[in-house]
Amino acid sequence: MSDMVKVGIAAYGITPFTKNDQKIESSLLESTKNLFDDNPKIDRNDIDAVLVSTNNNSKYLSPILSEMAGIQPKIAHSIESLCNSGTNSIVSAYSYIASGLADVVLISGAERYDSPGQILDWDNSRGEFKHPIFWASIFTKSYKREYHISDEQLALVSVKNHKHAKNNPNAISNKTYTIEDVMNSKKLTDDLKLLDCSRPCTGSASIILASEETTKKLTDSPVWITGIGQKITSAGFTKNKSLSSMESTKLAGNSALQMAKHNISDIDVVEVHDAFSVCEPMALESLGFVNIGNGTSMIRELYDTNNFKVNPRGGLIGSGHPLGATGIAQTIEITQQLQSIAGKRQVDNAKIGLVHNMSAAATSSTVLVLEK
Amino acid sequence: MNFETELANGIFCIPECSICKKIVWPPTEFCNHCFGTISLKKGDFIGKIIEFSKQNEEYFCLVEFENTIRIICKMTQTPLIDQSVKITKCGISDGSYFFHIN
Repeated sequence: MSDMVKVGIAAYGITPFTKNDQKIESSLLESTKNLFDDNPKIDRNDIDAVLVSTNNNSKYLSPILSEMAGIQPKIAHSIESLCNSGTNSIVSAYSYIASGLADVVLISGAERYDSPGQILDWDNSRGEFKHPIFWASIFTKSYKREYHISDEQLALVSVKNHKHAKNNPNAISNKTYTIEDVMNSKKLTDDLKLLDCSRPCTGSASIILASEETTKKLTDSPVWITGIGQKITSAGFTKNKSLSSMESTKLAGNSALQMAKHNISDIDVVEVHDAFSVCEPMALESLGFVNIGNGTSMIRELYDTNNFKVNPRGGLIGSGHPLGATGIAQTIEITQQLQSIAGKRQVDNAKIGLVHNMSAAATSSTVLVLEK
Repeated sequence: MNFETELANGIFCIPECSICKKIVWPPTEFCNHCFGTISLKKGDFIGKIIEFSKQNEEYFCLVEFENTIRIICKMTQTPLIDQSVKITKCGISDGSYFFHIN
């Protein structure tokens, strides 16, 4: 690992997350345009690869985006891995740069509110219960049972993340809620309310990765990807051995921290994949931020002290969840935090950050460590 | 006969490798351990409820069979953790498997 090229985040662009009926190609172009508008030093002729992260069924999107953005890259292709397509694309871009196949890579992720990536048709072990609310309900019931956690304790995740999202101009939500609001929101199952859920939406996020030398030329405030961990334990939900912890997250987190030569206690700010309320404490515990069963206590303390350390942009619940863009938006948030430009969401003196992005009931996880 | 043909006829079978005898789930053409061909084990299998929740008046339960296979099944009566159950109805509807237990 020590001989590898250092890879940095040189630029980024993002769109508001909405319920708009926008073509996927337009959405991809919008965040790409925002990126180049904000970073005029970047010459589009220097882009070696264009990677598109999406679950959309449209074909040939990377060459299409390249053409629309006036780029003629050497490499262009799409990457799909349900909800962690975004960070998986970043890992692919990192690999292209580290291998020397590319020096500058544009990654653009986008999704529409009606994404086909919400349902994994293949997973027939779920029977007729293929919508994600069913695995989330099973996780929630199991987590509550195992650690004696109440619905109200889990509802605080949504309360906290909506509060954070209020300071995120790109978030789909601009409202704050009380625990009572969450508890009284539409009951989807006995264990899940509407406000416990992230919402599918339309949105796009783009990022440019480059080699160390080029990153330093392109930005005065580089952020480096120093740790990467990925793990796939299965594809089917019912293969999860534990229903109250995330094995793939634990393994991916350990790998990323080992690569970055850090401990979890070194992390100043983190974006975790709160697809549903229960996912946040489960992820915090599986990453090692807190002992198992104590995730909601950590969340309560963060909320009571107005500490934005966990999901400062509002997470998926507050920001919205455009699948292919989510991991990239999480990475942009941590980058902004490390650059100390996150405004009202800023975590004081953040130097090391972590991104946790997962798919299909935590059957796969990707974890990135970022440093300034 | 393959698993889905049997399931479409309302018969739940357990796919098993004809060489190494490993239960292979979800059903595929070849064993994910030794790539042996799959045969179907028929029987009146007893499952155990691992976890459950409820939507409207119906419960959806994660049920384990043969200490290996886990499937989400529908149940109308109130379930209990570790309760023994049997599949009373199964099939394929709109491309998705369905399993009812009692």
